[in-house]
Amino acid sequence: MDAGILIQQGLNGLTIGAMYALIALGYTMVYGIIELINFAHGDVFMVGSFVTLWLLATLGVQGAINNPILLVLLLIVMFAFSMTVMGLVGVLIERFAYRPLRRAPRLAPLITAIGVSFILQNVIQALYSTADFNIPQVIDPQAGVSFTMPTFNVGGFAVTSSEVTASYVHVFIIALAIAMIITLQLFVHRTRLGRAMRSTAIDRDAAQLMGVDINTTIALTFFIGSALAGAAGVGWALNYGHTKFDIGFQAGLKSFTAAVLGGIGNTTGAALGGFLIAFVEVFSSQLGYSRWSEAIVFAILIMVLVFKPTGILGQQLAERA
Amino acid sequence: MSPLRSLLFWRSGSPFRVAVARLRAGSQPVTTPTARFFGRHQSLSVIVGMSIVTAILPFVILLPPFTGFGTQGDFIDGYAQAGVWVLLAIGLNVVVGLAGLLDLGYAAFFAIGAYTYAYGASPFSHNHIPFWPMLLIGAAVAATFGLLLGAPTLRLRGDYLAIVTLGFGEIVPVVFNNSDQYTNGTNGITALYQPSLPIYGSFGFGNPMPYYLSVAAIIAVAMILLYRLQDSRLGRAWMAVREDELAAASMGINTVTTKLLAFAIGASTSGLAGVYLSSKLAIVSPTQFGFTVSFTVLAMVVLGGMGNIWGVAAGAFIIYEIQSQGLKQLNQFVGGLGIPPIHLGPINFDLTAINFLDYQYLLYGLALVGMMLLRPEGLFPSRRRRAELHDIEDAVDANQELVQP
Repeated sequence: MDAGILIQQGLNGLTIGAMYALIALGYTMVYGIIELINFAHGDVFMVGSFVTLWLLATLGVQGAINNPILLVLLLIVMFAFSMTVMGLVGVLIERFAYRPLRRAPRLAPLITAIGVSFILQNVIQALYSTADFNIPQVIDPQAGVSFTMPTFNVGGFAVTSSEVTASYVHVFIIALAIAMIITLQLFVHRTRLGRAMRSTAIDRDAAQLMGVDINTTIALTFFIGSALAGAAGVGWALNYGHTKFDIGFQAGLKSFTAAVLGGIGNTTGAALGGFLIAFVEVFSSQLGYSRWSEAIVFAILIMVLVFKPTGILGQQLAERA
Repeated sequence: MSPLRSLLFWRSGSPFRVAVARLRAGSQPVTTPTARFFGRHQSLSVIVGMSIVTAILPFVILLPPFTGFGTQGDFIDGYAQAGVWVLLAIGLNVVVGLAGLLDLGYAAFFAIGAYTYAYGASPFSHNHIPFWPMLLIGAAVAATFGLLLGAPTLRLRGDYLAIVTLGFGEIVPVVFNNSDQYTNGTNGITALYQPSLPIYGSFGFGNPMPYYLSVAAIIAVAMILLYRLQDSRLGRAWMAVREDELAAASMGINTVTTKLLAFAIGASTSGLAGVYLSSKLAIVSPTQFGFTVSFTVLAMVVLGGMGNIWGVAAGAFIIYEIQSQGLKQLNQFVGGLGIPPIHLGPINFDLTAINFLDYQYLLYGLALVGMMLLRPEGLFPSRRRRAELHDIEDAVDANQELVQP
């Protein structure tokens, strides 16, 4: 057994999981507050990566930045820009596509959400094209800390270790995602606006009677969720260095699976689910089933929904026969 | 009625007007005598309607705007292809329109039907079962998978079902793609046998006419069966479950069985379409059955008018023709106008360079959102569905009127 590969793949899993977790948070927050599966959310993430592409092209960035101060400034600009733009896009989507249907039968906003998803994909297709676009990787993907785990032997079971490289990109994405998740937790549980969000999720009418501005609260939820998806889009650009108009569909489905696995409506659960799904994906690839990793993820989704629809940390939400 | 109005609108009771009224009203009774007759004799009206449509369509190309669009053979082939989508749409209508369940993995059952035919009649599998029994087998296999997927998942709430079916729709092509030794992987199974009839012989490749006529016959039979189902005890149960699941359950309807049957019947229609399509194209490959297929069929059902079989069929036909012919002609038309490109500083806009075919999914997306916001009952609504989709707003309006001093 090679512990090095295990740790290396664990790092890869954490990086992908960080992005899934950020996207899953948007799904779970929106579902928690208006009980809508926002099918367009994966595409918001995709648009976020294109916004980053546009920004870097406009700023004339060609490749890795080696000056640390410049790099930090650029990263701040990238995240601030993509998160703000995507947050506003999310608010616009909610305002024009979902709000008019808030009292309509459940099927109507679901169908609208699918429509919005296709509109976003095709707008990107029209502005760019269906090609795979290279995004300059501002953090040198080769740079990182390499180390080797000690080799040992337990009762004839040899554990070797090849060299592990913890690249700065991976470490940065994981740390940033965890920071964002913790900030979101504090926001939802410690602030007035967070309390408004929670009370709207529990009982919209009662919250309104208590003086909560429902429309602002729901718009805020969409802003935060979409901004996190935008951050995930920047993370994708940093990590992979390319993007395509259709990456949102798969990533969205996987993140939704993550949200369901963790317990939909539960922000901690969504983050946990994101990391779990990424581990499943990475390790099924490692074991030689990379062609099947998607099928495995969806099979997990179906299993969770059938056997434990409340997810790992969820409350009783999936009611009725 | 003013003279202008009577010129613009048809005399009441004229057969054409009755036909349009039927189209608009779905299965609801219409008050003219002719309409009442066809209302009572659904099967007859399907046979008459399908015969008329089938007889007229091949000659549309002879009319002025269409003459330059291609040969008659191409047109008939296009109709035969459109028939596949009509079948898919009337099948999905049972699931989405009648039972109110959102199935986003509908293409999976289409794929299962198509691969069933590929196993039943191709050199790859060394079997040669004739086409007509394969239609039933394909439908049965698809229905079985529908039951297998539906049995555990239909207990879940509606929007979870949407995501489970979406996942299923993604898995099925992946499985067909990756199981190389069973399905020939990405290359797909080729050289499927053509359908044949006892006297006519094999349908062959050259002439699209037998495919066109047979798909019209399959659609007619499917529509008759679906109309009879819709007006049966089961059909009423579907609508009850759609409108209020809790109330339906307390009236003694077994909601899980009811939903499961809707799911299985929708799947079987999709399986029929799959068998027919694979026999027509003589090839099946995993790429034919992606999410865009499910999405397109959903757009067809929503545009046509959820719950109205004729409306959905018309919606599917119109969308297919727009997508296969309309956008192509639009390209040529706009290209022929010779509008010069506009250069305004950073803006470069060249209308003639736009390939409208690239934007079909954008159009579907806009259509879905627009329809849901403005006219959720579709272009040819079923009266009941319209009432249901509007009743919450109406109830709110009524309440507000009551509150007003």
